[in-house]
Amino acid sequence: MKEKIKERKYSWGKFKRELPLHLMILPGLILVIIFSYIPMSGLIIAFQKFIPSKGMFGDQKWIGFDNFSYVLSLPGFTRALRNTVIIAFWKIILGLLIPIVFALLLNELKSRFFKKTVQTIVYLPYFMSWVVLGGIFLDMLSPSGGVINQLLTYLGGDSIFFLGDNRYFRPTLIVTEIWKNFGYGAIVYLAAILGIDQGLYEAAQIDGANRWRQTWHITLPGMRMIIVLMMVLSLGNVLNAGFDQVFNMYNTAVYETGDILDTFVYRLGLIDAQYGPATAVGLFKSLISTLFISVSYFLAYKFADYRIF
Amino acid sequence: MRKKSKGKLAFDVINFSILFLLSFLCLFPLLNILAMSFSDSTSVAAGKVLLFPVGFNTYAYQYVLAKSAFWLSLLRSFERLAIGVPLNMILTIMLAYPLSKEAAAFRMRTVYVWIFFFTMLFSGGLIPGYLLIQNLNMMDTIWALVLPIAVPVYNVILMLNFFRGIPHELEEAALIDGANQWKTCFKIYVPCAKPSIATLTLFSLIAHWNSWFDGLIFSNFPDSYPLASYLQTVVVRRDMSLLSLDDWKTMAMVSDRTVRCAQIFIGIIPIIIIYPFVQKYFVKGMTLGSVKG
Repeated sequence: MKEKIKERKYSWGKFKRELPLHLMILPGLILVIIFSYIPMSGLIIAFQKFIPSKGMFGDQKWIGFDNFSYVLSLPGFTRALRNTVIIAFWKIILGLLIPIVFALLLNELKSRFFKKTVQTIVYLPYFMSWVVLGGIFLDMLSPSGGVINQLLTYLGGDSIFFLGDNRYFRPTLIVTEIWKNFGYGAIVYLAAILGIDQGLYEAAQIDGANRWRQTWHITLPGMRMIIVLMMVLSLGNVLNAGFDQVFNMYNTAVYETGDILDTFVYRLGLIDAQYGPATAVGLFKSLISTLFISVSYFLAYKFADYRIF
Repeated sequence: MRKKSKGKLAFDVINFSILFLLSFLCLFPLLNILAMSFSDSTSVAAGKVLLFPVGFNTYAYQYVLAKSAFWLSLLRSFERLAIGVPLNMILTIMLAYPLSKEAAAFRMRTVYVWIFFFTMLFSGGLIPGYLLIQNLNMMDTIWALVLPIAVPVYNVILMLNFFRGIPHELEEAALIDGANQWKTCFKIYVPCAKPSIATLTLFSLIAHWNSWFDGLIFSNFPDSYPLASYLQTVVVRRDMSLLSLDDWKTMAMVSDRTVRCAQIFIGIIPIIIIYPFVQKYFVKGMTLGSVKG
């Protein structure tokens, strides 16, 4: 009995102590409810014949899965889905591989100064937007006077319309994406390499292991955890082909290979004002992405003991 | 040390060359644009400009700076930074502090964390987000650009993990001294977390500066574009209004191409200015949340 009273007193004190914590969270909570959770509930538009003038939660007509079957009948949808998966797949694979190789090569550099300089330079593109980079590549890759095509013709080749030719558009997207991100992507691997016990290398040298064997038997195993983690987390990007990049680099000539789900939703919804069908595509994408992200976090937690909070 | 073997030496040379080439490839596009923006239009058209300006002049910049649309959008961007970045930071701190508490000290903590974390997993996507801004009558206002991204959940998680690393004794000592939660947060935790706060501020600054799509879709009138959206229309979409012939172009002092190069370069100046500060911190900031091991 006595103990219970003590506990209740404690609870009251606890509540008084916790109240400011609730108050601190309140503004952020309200913003997240308005700008994240209300749009989530707005996904019901996917099941309505949506008329904008009636308002977002107005008295709209429910049409079940009609928007979905309409979208499926559009040739643009399957095309966009296929392009999204293909582009995202190559970006994920090369986006994992190249930063690892780059980190290993950088680690072999003896000169600290050169190492620092290389790092400073290769991280830079990551911080630039695809508007700026799109503008730069549009200029560089132009078939008339772009510096890349000048080089090609100078070397005796034909000039290539990288951003207007369906054979070249996807590789161009993938290469420029890697160009932007490989340096920044290497940071986590470099950090892992720094964490490897230097004594292991000394022991290996005494045993006569050359640098290749040291990399294979010490550095790579030392990076194993972070490599597994990055592989697993990249699963969440299966439907992320990179809207910012594609939007700033594509044109009608390359819709066949370059139109992705996000750009498809943009045109269907905001240009053609077909809100219902566009939301249906958006819901489809959100659901699959959520599934993959959840699975990736779960696997990361399971195999790499990764906890984000 | 033994003398280097031939194989080792060859590897060092090749490795050095590869990394040198990679660095060059990362820098070349930027230098090329910079050089063209300061060159005369005929040399640019003739493809003579690579790394250094040919026929140095600043006409392209004068041309860009003479446009009122440019200044309007720049002003808009500054307005966005002035409101958006402090808002991001204050919310990040105010959320990270309570959420960094153990569930024993703050019972609702886990519920709140999941409410915020869930927004990283699932989202309403483009159309509902657009319709919301329209229904809230926020089109063409600065609020459409700052409020939807006011809570940077990923930054909150980074900050939260940093706060957790601060020794408990500090908080207990503050409590005994009679400090309340607000004081403990802002007088003890925030000063301890200065490097993290600096990193996240720079990241928020870059995100707001670079953000272009929201400005594009949440504006009915080009007058309310921030600079990034303005650049999208003139550099990428190449609006016809810019291609009009005027005195500058008829006299061949500038061409569309040199003007675009100047606009691109102006767009990255702020990034280049704050980049050295970012670099000082970001390795720490990146590894902070992701590899706690």
